[in-house]
Amino acid sequence: MALDKNQIAQRIAKEVKDGYYVNLGIGIPTLVANYVREDISVEFQSENGVLGMGPFPFEGEEDADIINAGKQTITTLPGASFFDSAFSFGMIRSQKVDLTILGAMEVAENGDIANWKIPGKMVKGMGGAMDLVASAENIIVAMMHVNKAGESKLLKRCSLPLTGVGCVKKIVTELAVLEVTEKGFKLLERAPGVSVEEIQRATEGNLIIEGNIPEMNIG
Amino acid sequence: MIKRTVKNVSEALQGIESDMTIMLGGFGLCGIPENSIAELVNKKITNLTCISNNAGVDDFGLGLLLQNRQIKKMISSYVGENAEFERQMLSGELEVELTPQGTLAEKCRAAQAGIPAFFTPAGYGTEVAEGKETREFNDKMHVMELAFKADFAIVKAWKGDEAGNLIFKGTARNFNAVMAGAAKITIAEVEELVPAGMLDPNEIHIPGIMVNRIFQGEKFEKRIEQRTVRQK
Repeated sequence: MALDKNQIAQRIAKEVKDGYYVNLGIGIPTLVANYVREDISVEFQSENGVLGMGPFPFEGEEDADIINAGKQTITTLPGASFFDSAFSFGMIRSQKVDLTILGAMEVAENGDIANWKIPGKMVKGMGGAMDLVASAENIIVAMMHVNKAGESKLLKRCSLPLTGVGCVKKIVTELAVLEVTEKGFKLLERAPGVSVEEIQRATEGNLIIEGNIPEMNIG
Repeated sequence: MIKRTVKNVSEALQGIESDMTIMLGGFGLCGIPENSIAELVNKKITNLTCISNNAGVDDFGLGLLLQNRQIKKMISSYVGENAEFERQMLSGELEVELTPQGTLAEKCRAAQAGIPAFFTPAGYGTEVAEGKETREFNDKMHVMELAFKADFAIVKAWKGDEAGNLIFKGTARNFNAVMAGAAKITIAEVEELVPAGMLDPNEIHIPGIMVNRIFQGEKFEKRIEQRTVRQK
């Protein structure tokens, strides 16, 4: 069975280690916060200028001055801090943020990522995505393996305008966990009940299959 | 003490004319200079180039200036929440320069800090880097970006004093703190303006030397763009 979005987030949460500062993108990445183990210390950064983000506020306690990069009202946890936008991207560029999790429209086997623009359609902008992918040491992409038309989103070369070059390290989809290597997408794990052949069919880029591929352990 | 106070918003915005380049602080609707935007609408000046991370929503923030066709060009990182913006952009009435958010912030900070240009890895290998100088540092490619040159910067702070010192609240610090002092003239509107000596110098985020004119805004709606809550 292919994973749903919450299960993708649940699997990615296993990559979040004790002591990590983490930046979560909009969409599936936001869900990751719900599944991080409670016995480890993690701080979430939002690029509009906060470290130590907590859950959404209780009704009536929303504060217009405390939001995340998705413009949602949030709360802060003990130890939190606020800072300006230049400082925020400073800590991203200087690699103080340990892990960046974001969505993508396409990823290429060399680690290129496209996630901000479809020619001919309304372009909303790249926000902080270009800064994040160019600087982060550890980038995990959370996305569906194929698009709505059934075409693979794991490609030999991206067809859409790029967000960054050679930057993606790991990808978690509803079908598989893959690592970007010099030779292409290395298959690490498959979703429970999903066959290697199924993953192969959904992957246009070079898929490296070595030995027995274990099933993901989500829970 | 050098006084930076002006009477009201109309005195604060004196000298802003058509065809000028203006920086406006805020992220989404968080920390935008609402009173100054309302006054820009009143002034009926046009052909503005606005440097602002976002473009407001249809009926608030910079959306109000867009509705009146007062903006010629937007320099932003993300402009998704505004139907009139989309219409003007697709019809070619509005010029849009999309800039990575960290680069946008640093172009402000560079102007604020008197640095004409800098190198950043953001956008290397993408269309953002087209036509720009690139260089390798520490085995990594970087793109040269220039500091902004703006006529006015308009920022919003939580508290300020007569000397122009500013304190921000929460994530409303965002671009406000990096635009203060980044243009020829900086205007600050604050929720609470207090006499000099009332703010602890240890807690000032932006010193008054970066602020030419400060005033207390008449009212702040502080609209929330995405109200997200959890149940008790």
